Amino acid sequence: MMNVKDLKEKHKLLTEYSYELGKVDKGYTNRTLYINLSENKIQAKSVTQMMKDKFIGGKGFGLWYLWNAVTPKTKWNDLENQIVIAGGPICGITQYPGAGKSLICTISPLTGIPIDSNVGGYFGPLLKFSGWDALELQGKAEKDVIIYIDGNKGTVKIEEAPLEAIDGHVLGEQLTEMYADSEEDKRNVAVVTAGTAAENTLIGLLNFTFYDVRRKVARLKQAGRGGIGTVFRDKKIKALVVKYKGVKGDLNNPVDQPMINKTGIKLHKEICKLDEKQNNMRKIGTANIIEVMNQYDLLPTHNFKYGSHPDAYKIASTVFIEKYITQGMADGCWYGCSMACAKAADRFQLKTGPYRGHLVTVDGPEYENAAGLGSNCGIFDPEAILELNFYCDTYAVDTISFGTLTAFVMECYENGIINKKITDGLELNFGNAEAALELLHQMSRGEGFGKIAGQGVHRMKKIFAEEYGADPDFLFDIGMEQKGLEYSEYLSKESLAQQGGYGLTNKGPQHDEAWLIFMDMVNNQIPTFEDKAEALHYFPMFRTWFGLYGLCKLPWNDIAPEDNALTDEPAKIPEHVQNYVDICNGVTGKNIDKHELIRESERVYNFQRVFNIRMGKGLRIHDKTPYRSMGPVTVEEYESRQERYDNQLEELAGYNPAEKLTQEKIALLRRYRENQFGKLTDAVYDRRGWTKEGVPTIEHLKKIGMDLPEVIEVVKQYL
Amino acid sequence: MIKVNGRDAEWEEDLTVEKLLEKNKYTFPKIYVKINDELVPQHEYAIRIIMDEDDIKVIHLMAGG
Repeated sequence: MMNVKDLKEKHKLLTEYSYELGKVDKGYTNRTLYINLSENKIQAKSVTQMMKDKFIGGKGFGLWYLWNAVTPKTKWNDLENQIVIAGGPICGITQYPGAGKSLICTISPLTGIPIDSNVGGYFGPLLKFSGWDALELQGKAEKDVIIYIDGNKGTVKIEEAPLEAIDGHVLGEQLTEMYADSEEDKRNVAVVTAGTAAENTLIGLLNFTFYDVRRKVARLKQAGRGGIGTVFRDKKIKALVVKYKGVKGDLNNPVDQPMINKTGIKLHKEICKLDEKQNNMRKIGTANIIEVMNQYDLLPTHNFKYGSHPDAYKIASTVFIEKYITQGMADGCWYGCSMACAKAADRFQLKTGPYRGHLVTVDGPEYENAAGLGSNCGIFDPEAILELNFYCDTYAVDTISFGTLTAFVMECYENGIINKKITDGLELNFGNAEAALELLHQMSRGEGFGKIAGQGVHRMKKIFAEEYGADPDFLFDIGMEQKGLEYSEYLSKESLAQQGGYGLTNKGPQHDEAWLIFMDMVNNQIPTFEDKAEALHYFPMFRTWFGLYGLCKLPWNDIAPEDNALTDEPAKIPEHVQNYVDICNGVTGKNIDKHELIRESERVYNFQRVFNIRMGKGLRIHDKTPYRSMGPVTVEEYESRQERYDNQLEELAGYNPAEKLTQEKIALLRRYRENQFGKLTDAVYDRRGWTKEGVPTIEHLKKIGMDLPEVIEVVKQYL
Repeated sequence: MIKVNGRDAEWEEDLTVEKLLEKNKYTFPKIYVKINDELVPQHEYAIRIIMDEDDIKVIHLMAGG
């Protein structure tokens, strides 16, 4: 690594902006920072009461600014597209776990509609304490730039930065070193980077750092979904840096600090007492469910064909705990998070690629990484998963999209749809970790088949059909994407509600709106269409709320109070819902209850739906899902669970499966399941206040208070 | 015959809650069990006998994401 002084000497200041230091009041600084990179323009904007009332903050602010920045014709790489980063009014408190999230919005290169992605790390809270509720980035720089916000001095600089690395783990370290005055000061610096593959693919992510004072490493958390890193590099942004010294517990100037303290202490005690008996988040984070998903036939293997695999024990959470993940560290990605799930493998030696031989800290694996990079690609080697995880992060490739698209490519390869000539020699069979790694390295270098694969499943389907003569119907069935976004890593075949949890979403099939598989498939708690529709109303709205306030979802239901089973609605974790109501009111001085909480989300959720419609992709037709998310596409899939499917045909669909060919049974089951999904869609739209075509009605928009004239103007055209 | 999460299931003599969970491969740690709407404490899973025609709920709290 070059001396950072040498790197900094080559910086060329393009513009500097000075501002008066602000003060946070009840969670808001009441102003946002706008930067136009084409014009080197930096300015402050006021946050209006309307914005706070209707959009709250976080993702709400991001969507509102994005709406005003773009037109229905805007493409992801147009000058007017923005990247908006915002925390939210609760973001930055240190008393309640999971309160340091940033929400990022942009027009996605994969979907062409708004994407939102949430991420930990220190950038969001430090941005707020530096005086800004949100950061808007618009236009494109001519050459690579770094944007530096000094929250103690009150300056913002745009500097050309020609020499620094692009890859996230190197650049994060370089800039932390460069902008900190001392080792002690490094915790006050937060960096946002992309990586080399973000320039060559549409699945680029953003890395958000936090300096780990024990490991002495700039750790990386990812805003993974939807290609935000690709937009970032298209704007020629090398990095964002914010520095703020002086973090303490009351910087949000909340109205009721004792209430927040009391609520936080209650949850800390609960986590301390129960986590080991429940999800083990403090030992292994979200990866605790790898073996659970396998046992319940929900772990995607071989491009979502199956839900379990005999070799899954090789990548069980216990393997990572015992061999790789450093234990006993305070792995919170923001201060005060006792759930501490940001796990890492330290001194992991890389075997391939440009950093071969290096000993690195790998942030992960998250469950999605192990399932996507591992089982879904037929890879059951924990070291290969960690290596793929590392390179995805540093190259800035979304692990979920990479896992799902590689699994798709592998199935196409094994079916002869593509061959070695097309893949430039890569033998992309399921289980070939070496080939998967090389595909990733190609994405970083912008070479070979990696460039094609990096376009995502949606575009590959078109290329494979048009250029290689593949059957487009088969590709539609097995290509696990919707709206252009790759599916995240759960098998939804046996849960109609989860098929809706993926399909009836705003940004595409990501499980962060609703994860209903246990409630539906295992517990049988939501048997009717109306029950499922209610769940597909409540949970997406509830979970949207985290993104408005700068909160993490995990402390909501990855820990549960001891007496949760005795409550009236255990699935909602009622005590935790009340915690959120209390800390919201404690920070902001509002007086919401659990019903108003949902109403706050409904406004933004419906706004996002209308935004999609405005961009040409928010109607029923766009909620159609690939059949593999609903049922078995191939003979081998059907026959692998023949007893289950035969029983369903007989008991649910009223067909006698005896003496029928498997192909006939697949067709009959498909007819039944697609019909079920259609009925579910009707019920969900009705519950959400939408028409049969998926358009929010004017009456509904008025009822929830999202009847801005520009919103009504869009929906009117479809009613 | 018993009901497990609303679905018919075979009953057998000396069937305990623990055996039922094993039989169904219900290994998720955040589970609670009710027999005929009465919550069964976890420390009784090994000894609590399920009777014929009991209505069992094995509720998995959500995970994921």
